[in-house]
Formats: sequence, C-alpha cells, structure tokens
Amino acid sequence: MSLIDLANPSRFLALTARALPWLAAATVLAFAIGISQIYLAPDDYQQGATVKIMFIHVPAAWLGIFAWIVMSVAALGTLVWRHPLADVAAKAAAPIGAAFTLMCLVTGSLWGRPMWGTYWVWDARLTSVLVLFLMYLGVIALWRTIDDPAQAARAAAVLTLVGAINIPIIKFSVDWWNTLHQPASVFRLGGSTIHPAILVPLIVMAVAFTLLFLTLHLAAMRNEIMRRRVRTLMMLQAGARMGP
Amino acid sequence: MTALCALLFRDLRLAVRVGGGALTGVLFFLIVVTLMPFAIGPDLALLARMGPAILWLGALLASLLALDRLLAMDHEDGSLDLILTAPVPLELAVVVKAFAHWLTTGLPLVISSPLLGLLLNLEAKASGAVALTLLAGTPALTFIGLIGAALTVALRRGGLLLAVLVLPLTVPVLIFGVAASNAAITGPVPFGAPFGILCALTLISLVIGPLAAAVALRQGLE
Repeated sequence: MSLIDLANPSRFLALTARALPWLAAATVLAFAIGISQIYLAPDDYQQGATVKIMFIHVPAAWLGIFAWIVMSVAALGTLVWRHPLADVAAKAAAPIGAAFTLMCLVTGSLWGRPMWGTYWVWDARLTSVLVLFLMYLGVIALWRTIDDPAQAARAAAVLTLVGAINIPIIKFSVDWWNTLHQPASVFRLGGSTIHPAILVPLIVMAVAFTLLFLTLHLAAMRNEIMRRRVRTLMMLQAGARMGP
Repeated sequence: MTALCALLFRDLRLAVRVGGGALTGVLFFLIVVTLMPFAIGPDLALLARMGPAILWLGALLASLLALDRLLAMDHEDGSLDLILTAPVPLELAVVVKAFAHWLTTGLPLVISSPLLGLLLNLEAKASGAVALTLLAGTPALTFIGLIGAALTVALRRGGLLLAVLVLPLTVPVLIFGVAASNAAITGPVPFGAPFGILCALTLISLVIGPLAAAVALRQGLE
C-alpha cells in the first residue's frame, strides 16, 4: 500500500471509513487520560489553577503550526506530484489549523487577563501567532474565491509555500521588533525546566490534540471528496437537463 | 535581452501615458499623511516621533493600492498570454514587469517622502533616513505584492483579496523599515543592523517573488 494507491478516492474512502472509528476512540481515550491527569496536576504556587489553561493553550499552538506544515507538504503534492488527494488534504487542513490557532489566541488571552491584567499584549509570541492566524484566513479566503477546485488548489498551494518560507522570517522579525520596543518585562516564563508533574500531562495532551487533528482532518477530507462528487453529479444533471 | 528591454520600455511608456499611474500613488500618499494629524492631533513633537511610522504605512498602502495595475491590465488586453507563450523565461519577464512597476510607483513615493517629512516635522537627517529605508524597502513591497497580483490576476473580485493575502507577508519589511529609520534618528541600535536585514529581505523577495508569481501565472492561466 503506497501513497499512490490512495489516489483512488473510493479506496481512500473505504480505508478511512475503517480507520476513523479507531482514531476517534483513541482520541477520546487520550483526552480522558490527559484531562484526568490535568485534574491531578498540582497548581502553580504563583498562578494557582490558571496554569492549567496551559494544557490546552500549548498543544493548540503546536497544532496551529503543525497544520501549516501538513498544508505545505500537501501543497508540494499538488504542485510537484499532482497527487489528486493533496488538494483535498490541503483544503481540509486550513480551517482546522485556523481553528487551533484561534483556540491558542483565545486561551492565551483568557490566561493573560488574570496573569498580566490585560487580555492582549503586543508581545512577540502573541503577535506572530496572530499573523499566522491572518495568513490562515487569507488561504481560506483564496480557496473560497476561486470557483474551480483544481485551479483554487494550485493558487492556494503557491500561497501556502510562500507562507511556509515567510512564517519563520515573520517570527524572527517580530521577535526583533519586540525586543527593540519593550524589554522582557511584562512576562517571563519562570523556570527553564518543567517539573514532570506538569510535563507528563502536557505530553499526553499534545498526543490527544494530534489525534484530534488527524481525526478531524480525515473526516474533513472525506467530506470534501463527497462534496466534490455532489458537485460533479449536479453539473452532470444540469448538463443532461440542457439536452445534448 | 531585447525582448526584455522592449517589455520594460513598453510598461514605462504605458505607465507614463495612461493616466492614474505614478502621480496618483503620490497623491494618495500625500492624502494619507495629511489625514494623520487629523486623527492623532496637530502636536508637532508627537508627529515627529511617529513620522517614520506614518511615512512607512502611507508608502505601504500606496504601493498596495497600485498592485492591481501590475498584471491585471495585461490580463485584460491579452498581452499576458503573449508573455506566457513567449520564448523569454516567464520569471525574467515578471521581474522586468515588477521593476518597471517599481520605477513608476515605488520610486515616486521614495522621492516624495522627504517633502512629506517636512509636513510631519521631521529633521533633515530623519527624512533622509526614511527616504533611504524606503528606497531599500519598497522593492520588497513590489516583489511580495507581485505574488498576490499573480494569484488574483484572473479573479473579478480580486482587489480586496489581494490586500488580505499580501499585507501579512509585508510585516517583516515594515518592522525593519521603521526600525532602521528610528535607529538612525534616536538609536540606540546602530543603523546598519536593521538596515542590513531590510536589504536582505528585499533580496529574498527578489528571488521568491518572481519564482512564485511565475508558478502562479502558469498554473492559474493554463
């Protein structure tokens, strides 16, 4: 079973129909373990229970970046190998990545309110995540503006790859901008080493979030394939009604 | 080579003879700078402190608004299809087109910025620094914008989308352009460090912009 075998959408649908229940069950299990461990994890001596926001916030940030990497690989698949499912994978990943990035921003801002006294700080990390979110929205807007799916896929692939080159540059420049304007006085992450009592639930949650991403991504890819079939059927029907 | 020269002169001639080109961009720039004191108040000290940022934002918006002229008109009259099928590599052709576009829209902004600096109470040294950073940075804006223009060229409602796609990518140029200007005016960072990175960003966009735009044009118009 190689990657090219999956190019047949029917085979892909059959395979994912079998895999999805197992993936969903694994996701639920991982979340159950992760959440119970968060419940048992000790409160921070300074931040109290709010430190537990981190177990959602940090994996969401990782997945926000991971989704762009998935999109970039899919974009290469579209432009270089012309793999038929690469379009579908790229299109399905964009809203999920945007959702994780938004979740990272919202939880970060809710965490920031009790800790820093404000919902938003123009800190380097926050700002670069915000720019990443804007770029996700740009890619989604491009997908929705071009009617023809194949053409939209190629345009979005170019934009995704340009973004993949630019995101590290943006991250670097925002870091520079922040250190230039305000020294790290607003907040510093305390110790450099994380205690295992915090680290273990964090890793479990990261695994759970990754499983959640895979489940949602495969389900969204199935939906997209079926949406395209519906589109083709409707166009055939419209063509039949017009007469030969 | 002659084909590229012909393309360059054609674009320059079109920009000069058809209205709504270079001078409209400068006019827009002037209006943005005029509006700023209405929004933030006529305090000269504050304006001088914000001057580089205002000039950079104005130039960024002015060059953004001119972007839909970069490829769209050639797409409408069919000359873009001729360029696509020509033996000249598409990457070089779009470099020439973007360069002509910068000469007619970016360079006028750079030249007019010291004059607008007077309105914002900038000293001669500060105005010079802003003009120098704009000279180094506006080509990057044009070449990043080239990608957006190529992606949206075939769309009827591409104008707003173009801005949404391009603006996040210009964040680094804006940061280092304003940082270099401020470094020259107030310090404490030496001018060379952010200015060198600004030049590097321009060089990177000079490579990525035409390559991505050529791929987008080939894929989008086939």
